[in-house]
Amino acid sequence: MSGPASSPRVLVVIPAWNEVQALPSVLQEVAEILPEVDVLVVNDCSTDATSAVARASGATVLDLPINLGVGGAMRAGFRFAVAHGHEVVVQLDGDGQHDPREVRALVAALGQHSADLVIGARFAGAGSYRASGPRRLAMRLLSVVLSWVARTKLTDTTSGFKAAGPAAVALFAREYPAEYLGDTVESLVIAARAGLVIRQHPVEMRVRTGGVPSHSPVKAAIFLVRAFAALALALTRPRGSGSAVGA
Amino acid sequence: MTGYLFALALAIATLVLIVWLLRARRLREKYAILWIALAFAVCVIGAFPRFLFAVASLSGVATPVNVLFSASIVVLLLVSVQLSAEVSTLEEETRTVAEAVALLQARVDDLESGRGNEPKPSRDGGSRRTGDGHGAASRGGIAD
Repeated sequence: MSGPASSPRVLVVIPAWNEVQALPSVLQEVAEILPEVDVLVVNDCSTDATSAVARASGATVLDLPINLGVGGAMRAGFRFAVAHGHEVVVQLDGDGQHDPREVRALVAALGQHSADLVIGARFAGAGSYRASGPRRLAMRLLSVVLSWVARTKLTDTTSGFKAAGPAAVALFAREYPAEYLGDTVESLVIAARAGLVIRQHPVEMRVRTGGVPSHSPVKAAIFLVRAFAALALALTRPRGSGSAVGA
Repeated sequence: MTGYLFALALAIATLVLIVWLLRARRLREKYAILWIALAFAVCVIGAFPRFLFAVASLSGVATPVNVLFSASIVVLLLVSVQLSAEVSTLEEETRTVAEAVALLQARVDDLESGRGNEPKPSRDGGSRRTGDGHGAASRGGIAD
């Protein structure tokens, strides 16, 4: 379950789509704070200079020839990890809202809890992130249902800040949905059903460097409906059918 | 009688078109079987419209033409659902290929930059390492 006695080989995967503004400072921070990890930027067919900027910062870059979304970018990252012998994969957003200082804590939490998947959670005490209105309701409901599915208390199921141990890396390299919320909600369902141990670790999120979060109630309502459609589909899907193509 | 001939001609034309597409390999056999069956059905109904009246009285539909319409709608519905399923499979296949292409591209970049020439023993045995995560950076000017 947990990594070997020596410190595990960690790969930080940063899915990036048109992140030319925020990415350089994120990569610089990661290089300064975490000199021991390998960094992989998965450029999800950006139309700006994301790929060049990432290479200039010294990261390995995977250039996806078509836009696959976060789920597709992450599965490419997991496949890279399997091919290169990384035991732990940490997903970090390219917009700067995930603090690289927390990566070590997430990786350590894998070992502490004998967990296969640790979620960096925003509502678990640390930080000041607050959602409001229907979006908050949707996130609450998702937390309740997914906590039950994963048999552990989860407060932030839509967090993209996650550390995956060897068993989760192997599973996600085969099966990681590219659909809406597939990289958060459905991947948790897949992991829980495969018998993996999921835990959360409180983290503080920062205001993202680029882009503006939306607070439109209409969008929040759409999010609620789509999130529950995704959840219902994930829960009722026959086992082992997450991927139409065997890998 | 001209209407009858017209319908029959249309049905035969459909059948010929599908067979032609099949022969030119523009249509794969697994999709063609459905269309060939459908074209035959259209030919039969075109040639013997009485058949439709029989079906209508058997199924209790008052107007025979409605049997045709409802059957057509159901068939088209099923065909579009099947096409959606095929498209989903294709998307998943495309995704897998796209990921593989990106992974191979990264390996080629690495090999070209010279870092991958010396084979490194990997820790877990079997899987290959093509760099230490910084191999691709030393070489500039990579096309997106």
